[in-house]
Amino acid sequence: MRTLPEPFAGWFAARGWQPRAHQLAVLDAVAGGEHALLVAPTGGGKTLAGFLPTLLDLNNAPREGLHTLYISPLKALAVDIARNLMAPIGDMALPIRVETRTGDTPANRRARQRAAPPHILLTTPESLTLLLSQPDAAAFFAGLGSIIIDEIHALAGTKRGDQLALCLSRIAVLAPGAKRIGLSATVAVPEALRAWLAPDAQAGSVRLITAEGGAAPVFDMQLPEGHLPWGGHMGLASMPEVYRRIEAARVTIVFVNTRAQAELSFAALWRLNEASLPIALHHGSLEIDQRRKVEAAMAAGKLRAVVATASLDLGIDWGDVDQVIQIGAPKGVARLLQRVGRANHRMDEPSRAVLVPANRFEVIECVAAVEAAAAGELDGDPPRPGGLDVLAQHVLAMACHAPFHPDELYAEVIRAAPYAALTRRDFDDVVRFVEDGGYALAAYERFRRLFRDSEGRLHIRDARVARQFRLNLGTIVETPMIKVRMRGGGTLGEVEEWFVSTLAAGDCFLFAGQVVRYERLDPAAVIVSPGGGDDPRVPVYAGSRMPLTTWLAARVRAILHDPSRWAHLPAQVQEWLKLQSLRSELPPSDGLLIETFPRGGRWFLVAYTFEGRLAHQTLGLLVTKRMERLGMGPLGYVGTDYVLAIWSAFEPTGVERLFAEDILGDEMEEWLAESSMLRRSFRNIATIAGLLEKHHPGAEKSGRQMTMNADLIYDVLRRHEPDHILLRATREEAARGLTDVARIASLLARIQGRITHRALSRVSPLAVPALIEEGREWVAGGAEDALLAEAAALVAEATDGAEEFGETLADMTDGIITRGASARPKPREARRSRFIRSAPRRAS
Amino acid sequence: MNAAPLHLGAERVMLDPAGVLHWPAQKLLCVADLHLEKASAFARAGYFLPPYDTRETLARLALLIRRYGPKRLVFLGDSFHDADGAARLSPTDRAALRQLLQGLEPIWVLGNHDPAPPCDLPGEAFVEWRQGPISFRHIPSPFSRQAPPEIAGHLHPKATAPTRAGGISRPCFVANPRRVLMPAFGAFTGGLCVTDPAIARLFLQGGRAFLLGEERLYSFPLAGRGHGAAPQQGA
Repeated sequence: MRTLPEPFAGWFAARGWQPRAHQLAVLDAVAGGEHALLVAPTGGGKTLAGFLPTLLDLNNAPREGLHTLYISPLKALAVDIARNLMAPIGDMALPIRVETRTGDTPANRRARQRAAPPHILLTTPESLTLLLSQPDAAAFFAGLGSIIIDEIHALAGTKRGDQLALCLSRIAVLAPGAKRIGLSATVAVPEALRAWLAPDAQAGSVRLITAEGGAAPVFDMQLPEGHLPWGGHMGLASMPEVYRRIEAARVTIVFVNTRAQAELSFAALWRLNEASLPIALHHGSLEIDQRRKVEAAMAAGKLRAVVATASLDLGIDWGDVDQVIQIGAPKGVARLLQRVGRANHRMDEPSRAVLVPANRFEVIECVAAVEAAAAGELDGDPPRPGGLDVLAQHVLAMACHAPFHPDELYAEVIRAAPYAALTRRDFDDVVRFVEDGGYALAAYERFRRLFRDSEGRLHIRDARVARQFRLNLGTIVETPMIKVRMRGGGTLGEVEEWFVSTLAAGDCFLFAGQVVRYERLDPAAVIVSPGGGDDPRVPVYAGSRMPLTTWLAARVRAILHDPSRWAHLPAQVQEWLKLQSLRSELPPSDGLLIETFPRGGRWFLVAYTFEGRLAHQTLGLLVTKRMERLGMGPLGYVGTDYVLAIWSAFEPTGVERLFAEDILGDEMEEWLAESSMLRRSFRNIATIAGLLEKHHPGAEKSGRQMTMNADLIYDVLRRHEPDHILLRATREEAARGLTDVARIASLLARIQGRITHRALSRVSPLAVPALIEEGREWVAGGAEDALLAEAAALVAEATDGAEEFGETLADMTDGIITRGASARPKPREARRSRFIRSAPRRAS
Repeated sequence: MNAAPLHLGAERVMLDPAGVLHWPAQKLLCVADLHLEKASAFARAGYFLPPYDTRETLARLALLIRRYGPKRLVFLGDSFHDADGAARLSPTDRAALRQLLQGLEPIWVLGNHDPAPPCDLPGEAFVEWRQGPISFRHIPSPFSRQAPPEIAGHLHPKATAPTRAGGISRPCFVANPRRVLMPAFGAFTGGLCVTDPAIARLFLQGGRAFLLGEERLYSFPLAGRGHGAAPQQGA
């Protein structure tokens, strides 16, 4: 086995450390000219393993120029790693300069970095893209020896991952000798990550190094005293118990699933906080300074607890956390283990975690997750293929860097794993899109962004194209946000614009851990004052909830179906399930149980499909389309992680027809046409691809600027050129990752001939959670007009017809006006001359 | 399609759910904010919107002209997205527009986006156009009891109606007996909520929003924010 040379051996020894086997294995791989993927749980000295080859090499042979590029998904992580790297470099007085480069790096430092690059540059995928789009990128990266990609499991399969993979492909051209080192948490699909990391998309080109597992985590489940809630995801009923556990531990991270939940949990904890324990709040919408303060206080050991969302998921070192509390179901096993790994950053001692389910289904899900963790079963899907929208952005970036030949760029792009299966037709269409929009109607010849020279190379038209590219760079499409500012004070953070539009002056809402009162909207911010009020609202953010993974869903279904496995479940849950088997029946582990019952003048259909919320939303669209055809008058539906519930005007009969496999055919076409999810996909794709101007959070709008509405573009494009590359990209995205059509297809295949229909006289116990679930989707199109008609009629009815603005009222009010007008002296002639301010002109 | 009658001053006009106003007594059809060639204006700035907005807008307008057979067609301003919009019309779209104007008396009220009359197209251009008691203008006049009843555009009103399925947003007419604010007709024209002060201050004395539907309009009183304030009628 390899050993460390001095001064490294001494540095380890002085800390009483041993180099770990996987750290040496990474050194070995790089020394042998291999790329390496290191899979290790949190706290395994992963980051140091990535940097050791660089530190050794630069110590052996000091030289100038960029040696190592480190890429992480989080700016904060890059900053944190820089701090941690300084310790060994300082201690051993190594001749190594480390710098970060992110969106926050000031322009003068960025310019200096390009003139005199550091040895180690820590950056993010966006900043890397920007560097690569510069004309001098070739010289900058020429001497690169090593590329470290941290948290690769969180990047692969996302659009930022696609962007990074394309950048890596370009770097492989600029610096063919650079070795790649991927660092990953424990995942279910290491082979797919190996291929993702490889410079030729082949898993075999990357050595897989797996750190031996640490001690198994210890789980505990915390239920509220008394009644166990039927629905809801906030878990507030358990806050007294959570607070007691915080009191009993040294440092706790309280993980929640959404930002709204973070605000509510934090407020609830402070109401209980008689001992005034230092408890802080951390989520992605808080002002960045505020987040940094919390992170620093946490690292310095000044906090007893922090309530956090996924903003704390990734590997920043939080010091001595000895307890992790997960509020709400974890939704995935791998995710749960990553969060639990935040407690006790030492591999040889077990991490301790407490699960706090918010409702009855979540209890079962928590039990299933703990069982799966104990069995070492991880979940997670292999990364999906790369998006064409990201490719469009990359093509423009590469054109900004230097003229390129499409043949060469295509060859380079398909070496990146996410694009390995990209067809030349799609590639060429993307290039045409970047050139002039790529429309069948060639209307924009004179506005081209790229032009071809005599050798077929593509050049950008002028510097303005490059400026525009930089303005719109990035693959994260922000929902329009607006800053929240305390009157006469600082900025607290930001909320989604639509939330503000629902506020009236004087309304109170919970934000940044305090109740604030809405005062007014000025052009740049929502102005608030300290507020009180009994029932503050909580801003919610779109798309913030993770869906249940397939794996966990299967486990939940298996537990439900098998009463012999209920022993671990709390008594209230057991009773609930027993009641279900009396009133209706338990969902089978393979077939499908469908219940129908009348309630409140409508009919309900509940299908126990257990395919996760995203799949259920799509399934809901398809099934309601079929119901519309069959004249059942569907009104709306809600998809939870566990069930699909639909309500309709008429009784659904012959329900097998609604779940026939061919709903993926006919109804799918219609669904594609109208789906609001597809519209959302299109908006994102059009923005990333550069069709729409990117919304810059916090940027001031000039007056009442009318932003281009993506829905209108979608409608027009669909009518006139349904095969346009952006619509193809939208359909592809919808058909795979986003809406889980594959999951629906396999569900429909599995249940054919195994559908059990129970026509009940009233709601069943298992159906209750779905009926009180928020986030309902309504049947679009015709139904929307029906709803408008109903609402308009209601207004008329409530006001006893006095509001009727048809002819009657018009005549009546007209009378009033006429009388008023006739009382005044006839100003008609004078008025005309005053209002026609310029003489009519002839047009042509 | 069921157009809704409305009395403006002493005149009876019809609001069509397709977003146009018909004045039967004058055989007049009025349409606002077409923003033709908006896509090519964006393309010039490097954002390649689908180049089909003009033909889409014209096709919808042609249908309505066929239905109502008007003598006059009033374009209420911002007919083109910018001053050289008309010059950028493709030959096909230009021919379609000329065809559509055949036998009509086009009135081009000038807007802030198209401050000059469109070149090479028939019709007369006005900053403000008066027909009988009614004033046609692009930008609504500030509220005044003395002003003549008017039909205006510019603001692209849309409204969100509360339904049991949550809010549903549609472009809309906003009207009271003294003023009609037209919805934007263009394929790529977005909307401004009627609660925005720019619109709300024009209807301080009350009014109603008529949301465009497939077959008919849906009428709601303009509400004060958060409270169902009924419009005050008339004077």
